[in-house]
Amino acid sequence: MDQENDGKGKKENSQLKNEVNTGRRDVLKALSSLPVLGAFFYGLTRKRSWDAERKKSLLEELGLEGELDTGRVKTSLTRPGALIRIGIIGYGGRGEHLVRGAGFAHQDFFQIQGNKATRDWRQREVKGLLDQEDLNVMLTGVCDVFDVRAERGLAASLNDRRPGGGAGNLKGAKRYRNYKEMLESKDIDAVIIATPDHWHARMAIDAVNSGKHVYLEKCMTRTEEEVYALTDAVTKSGMVFQLGHQNPQQETFWRAKQVVDKNILGKITLVETTTNRNSPNGAWVYGIHKDASPQTIDWEQFQGPAPHNVPFNLERFFRWRCWYDYGTGLSGDLFSHEFDAVNQILGMGIPKAVMSSGGIYFFKDGRDVPDLFQTVCEYPDRDLTLVYSATLANSRGRGRVFMGHDASMEVGNSLTVNADYDSTRFEDMIKAGVIDTSLPLFSYYPGSKGIDTITSATEKYFATKGLMYTYRGGRHVDITHLHVKEWIDCIRTGEKPSCDINRGFEEAITCHMATKSYLEGRRVEWDPVQNKIV
Amino acid sequence: MKKGDSLTHSEQARKYSTFQAFMLVFLRMLIGWHFLYEGIAKLLNPYWTSAGYLSETKWLFSGLFTAVADNPALLKVMDFLNIWGQITIGLALITGLLTSWACVAGILLLLIYYVCNPPFVGYSYTVPSEGSYLIVNKILIEMAALGTLLAFPTGKIVGLDGLIFKKRRKMER
Repeated sequence: MDQENDGKGKKENSQLKNEVNTGRRDVLKALSSLPVLGAFFYGLTRKRSWDAERKKSLLEELGLEGELDTGRVKTSLTRPGALIRIGIIGYGGRGEHLVRGAGFAHQDFFQIQGNKATRDWRQREVKGLLDQEDLNVMLTGVCDVFDVRAERGLAASLNDRRPGGGAGNLKGAKRYRNYKEMLESKDIDAVIIATPDHWHARMAIDAVNSGKHVYLEKCMTRTEEEVYALTDAVTKSGMVFQLGHQNPQQETFWRAKQVVDKNILGKITLVETTTNRNSPNGAWVYGIHKDASPQTIDWEQFQGPAPHNVPFNLERFFRWRCWYDYGTGLSGDLFSHEFDAVNQILGMGIPKAVMSSGGIYFFKDGRDVPDLFQTVCEYPDRDLTLVYSATLANSRGRGRVFMGHDASMEVGNSLTVNADYDSTRFEDMIKAGVIDTSLPLFSYYPGSKGIDTITSATEKYFATKGLMYTYRGGRHVDITHLHVKEWIDCIRTGEKPSCDINRGFEEAITCHMATKSYLEGRRVEWDPVQNKIV
Repeated sequence: MKKGDSLTHSEQARKYSTFQAFMLVFLRMLIGWHFLYEGIAKLLNPYWTSAGYLSETKWLFSGLFTAVADNPALLKVMDFLNIWGQITIGLALITGLLTSWACVAGILLLLIYYVCNPPFVGYSYTVPSEGSYLIVNKILIEMAALGTLLAFPTGKIVGLDGLIFKKRRKMER
């Protein structure tokens, strides 16, 4: 205790009196934090109601109240359904990725090495694969003209480390030396075609005519004529056909379509799409395998329908994308993806006219496809221009932008809509300060809990780096898997996949228009009456 | 008489001049308000997560921080502790309740933030901070400020601690 009582009553009394007074003062001082808390919560309430008012009126104005906050309802089969047996034709880089999308990976996919950043990313990939939905498919056929790749395919078919695996009942795939043998086999229900472009049409036609469903990589065909033959064959056969444009499987594309359908951007007159790459690998200068030789590669079968037959050539085999004999250059390789992405959102189809320009300005390595390529597509009936600008000598990410009179929308891993300073629709809100044109009108990041109408600089930073998506929920979802899954689901339900033969037709014709314009140095047009490029 | 625990009002008043007491209490309220607002702002923001901050770790315990960021369950716990830790510490500092504990907890929390993304030479972070920092940043300064509050307590003078400890004293009589 504190003060000693010396026994004198008078002193005690005054001390007691003191204590009572100081007691009251102490209570006051103890409660002095209350006004501070009062000020705090008053300030907080004001800020909250101001923010809420801004968000509410913005969403009301956009007609989005409540709608954009709901997630996409995707019907997923709870029970996978009957087993589907798949054959892969072309087990190269893309082929391996597609087969992994179906659940089968080569053992070395699970090897994780490199620096910390690489290891982190690879770990997420491996976890992503094992977390994939089990599609109840079996890899029963492998066809590749290069022995090494065919062997890898067979090994993958025996690797039970996969979604839904572990039962140890894999019999493994059969190797087919010629794709026609695979198509005749009764052990194959569907084929994935990931060969160079010059084989696409021939193989796909043969496949649907043999009663096999087809997943075909882009570009749909190498030439314009093949487009008509393939479209005809697929339509008549009734087989399920999916073209390999997996970008629209990203959630942001579905949101983007909502934005356009609700006319938030106003009249869209310009869409800018781009490709920026700056590496040999990006320019298709792929590695040449040490075991590649005329003994291990069926060169005759590889050449197949290529317009020019040449003696065995390692460069042409591994780097086929660099030659028009086998590939379709930037137009069919990368513009095709961009075109399909925009087509899924706007549904504008084949342009009336296309003008291309470009050249081989950087990778002067003997290729005949351009590494700088610009193409402009006109849609006068829709008052719309689609621009594609590509370079393989610079990696500045320019993104994909839809420009409307009232707002612009950038669609990529995330989706951002910015009101236009000179917008008519948002003029009043801009003047009133409700909309700050230097900040996004709203943005959407996959995996987040909805639409963020008031974006903090921090949020924006993380989204552009793709960090938020990677970490939300911790699950790495591969869009290639989603696209393959959609194809498999459609085989079971009979529905049309998002990239069916009609979308494929539009993509292929547009890409061939772009290529033709470049090669012939003139503006080309689409004649919808004669159904040909003129 | 035990050290620090049962000073009368007058003996505590002898410890600080009015200006000293005012500044100490003012500092305590400011830091409390800061913590409380940080916590509440995170609570009310449905998009907030500590994942971004954790993922940038480069120094000590980086393996641990990354593991938390990558694991959704652990991340949820971390986010919860962050939000409610800040709110609790903030309220405690403002109201002067268990002030010393609040100071210690605040120092520990800030220490974790500091170690996770320290402003060292060669370390750069995605989110740019306003201001230029080298080893010493605002987190470190706030840590030191809390340490100062720990050294010069005011919870019993201007705070609920005064009521609590006073009551105890009365009961002991």
